[in-house]
Amino acid sequence: MLEIRNLHVKLEEEDKAILKGVDLTVEAGKVHAIMGPNGSGKSTLAYVLSGRDGYEVTDGSATLEGKDILEMEPEERAAAGLFLAFQYPVEIPGVGNMTFLRTAVNAQRKARGEEEMSSGDFLKLVREKAKALKIDAEMLKRPVNTGFSGGEKKRNEILQMAMLEPKMCILDETDSGLDVDAMKLVSDGVNALRDAGRGFLVITHYQRLLNHIQPDVVHIMAGGRIVRTGGPELALEVEENGYADILGAEVA
Amino acid sequence: MQSRRQRIDEQKRGLAEKRLAAVSLPAGGAWATAARQEARQRLLDAGLPVRQDEYWRFTNPGLFTDAGVAAAELLPADDREAVFAGVDCLRIVFVDGVFDAARSGDLAAAGIEIERLADAATRDIHWARELYGKLEAQCQSPVARPLATLNTATAGDGLVIRVGKPVERPVSVSYLRKDAGAEAVLHHVIRLEPGSRLTLLEDGPGAARFSSVAEVEVGDGAAFHHVRVQGRDHGRQAVTALFVRLGTASVCKSFTLTANGRLTRNEVMAELTGREGVLHVAGAAVGDGTAFHQDDTVFITHAAERCESRQVFKKVLRRGAVGVFQGKILVHPEAQLTDGYQISQALLLDESCQFLAKPELEIYADDVKCSHGSTSGAIDPDMLFYLRARGIGIEEAQRLLVLAFLAEALDEIEDDTLAEEIRRRLAGWLERHRA
Ligand SMILES: Nc1ncnc2c1ncn2[C@@H]1O[C@H](COP(=O)(O)OP(=O)(O)OP(=O)(O)O)[C@@H](O)[C@H]1O
Ligand SMILES: [Mg+2]
Repeated sequence: MLEIRNLHVKLEEEDKAILKGVDLTVEAGKVHAIMGPNGSGKSTLAYVLSGRDGYEVTDGSATLEGKDILEMEPEERAAAGLFLAFQYPVEIPGVGNMTFLRTAVNAQRKARGEEEMSSGDFLKLVREKAKALKIDAEMLKRPVNTGFSGGEKKRNEILQMAMLEPKMCILDETDSGLDVDAMKLVSDGVNALRDAGRGFLVITHYQRLLNHIQPDVVHIMAGGRIVRTGGPELALEVEENGYADILGAEVA
Repeated sequence: MQSRRQRIDEQKRGLAEKRLAAVSLPAGGAWATAARQEARQRLLDAGLPVRQDEYWRFTNPGLFTDAGVAAAELLPADDREAVFAGVDCLRIVFVDGVFDAARSGDLAAAGIEIERLADAATRDIHWARELYGKLEAQCQSPVARPLATLNTATAGDGLVIRVGKPVERPVSVSYLRKDAGAEAVLHHVIRLEPGSRLTLLEDGPGAARFSSVAEVEVGDGAAFHHVRVQGRDHGRQAVTALFVRLGTASVCKSFTLTANGRLTRNEVMAELTGREGVLHVAGAAVGDGTAFHQDDTVFITHAAERCESRQVFKKVLRRGAVGVFQGKILVHPEAQLTDGYQISQALLLDESCQFLAKPELEIYADDVKCSHGSTSGAIDPDMLFYLRARGIGIEEAQRLLVLAFLAEALDEIEDDTLAEEIRRRLAGWLERHRA
């Protein structure tokens, strides 16, 4: 599904290398988790994959179902099936959440040569998905993320993911700021989307999320590289001992 | 030796003389002629504006003060529906400033007192004489409004409207063009008796050079709603002045959309004279190209306690367009518990555009709440990326964000149908003026 080869990324504005040769393959139907210390480059990886400005790829490649995504515009990547649940969802005053969702759904359909969704079908679908995430009608009417609590913003990300049904989902610390119940809602939302044709890359600091969303593979990122890869037990090891042992062994 | 100020004053008076010499005073009845002559004298004393005047630093008044009119190409007709075409209203049409009876509805059957200024001026006794040129003259201090005085002196037509009850059906005035070099000068006088209500709609490019003044008296408990769309001809020049006097617990809400135009100056001078008055003035302006210059100049006087005023002005500028906002809130000592709000913002779609803002607060009462803010900036790159990351193409994402930026100004329009009409017009403009 997603293949990242020897990806090197530096900041566009300054000579600062952030990703220093990331290799990672997420297969369809699998959930991969990435853990790693603050500042190790996890969000940068997510942003570079989704096409945010400000970064320069100096080496390596990234493909989605064999297509080079690094050459695409952000909206083309989205239409190709890539989705990023933001670590910090952006507030957009003046754009209604519903307008935003409908515009996004139809823009992607159009880009794929599909027909637009009728407003009736759209409304039905939004209501159903929102209900599962306990997002009420009032929140749907409000401007995108504006004045939402941290947890509400994260649930709104999952709602967008549920509506857009992407092939490759990248979740950047979707668990941060969630209370216990919201964590369950969000995890259920993600698990409902687990499917043989869909890949997940879940960035998190905590084993707690991985109790709900069972990963197939766990990676540790440090200093802009994947320094270790293992099964779910690797997350437990981090939870127990922190990164010192792993980093000591691999990096120093 | 003459001082610099004396030299400037002389120049201003010289401009007024030249300008007045180029126009003939309209024919009319006794009271109107007297009012016009009085205004003419005031203008000869005060002179026309020049760049050195404090409130003309950001906008060159030359096109308004020149004796000759700069022609403005007529926008080719397109198949777009006329503005407010879907609204049930009394329709009145002026073409190049000349009343067009054939295209206008029947004024006599409107259910309100409404007639042409040209007709009202022929009668010796008329209620409009108590207002014509009077609010305008009162508002010459502390800041002179000489172009409005010029209008009072030279306007040959306009509308006089008196409303005695709540009127649901709006009055809509369209200012159309036929002649590429025409000048139009219109002057409206509107009186809302206590407890009454009126919605006034205005649209159109007006004339190559267009001047309009409206003097509006809003009686106690009355409500005046005003929505205006200044049309699209690129070369047109317009100067407008809205004078409003608000009584106790009265409401005035005025919104203007300015699209295109070479030079537009919209002035609003409003005075809250009775307690608990509510005054909202808002505007959205969209301009593309170095030839676009749009100016909102507002002066709000709080002369009574517990009144609320809001100014919300948003401008979207691209390719060298220039936007100006000068807004002042003056709070008299007796106007305790004033609630004043002012925001002016420009969205610069590229680095060649300019937004010039002069927000002012002058407060002599101690127990008031007044806030003001002014910003200009580009489209937020994080917002743009967020929308694109969801699959929304860059152009559509930009349009969404521009409309979102304008939303606060559009929210000032009370009627949802009218607000939606304005939103559609803006969306159409953005569609035609893409990056
Ligand atoms: N636009 C930028 N300008 C300057 N530094 C940046 C920028 N983007 C990323 N960095 C730096 O790159 C490094 C990696 O940042 P990144 O946000 O990818 O880390 P992270 O692994 O997601 O951390 P966290 O766990 O705290 O979210 C950090 O040192 C960060 O300061
Ligand atoms: Mg991060």
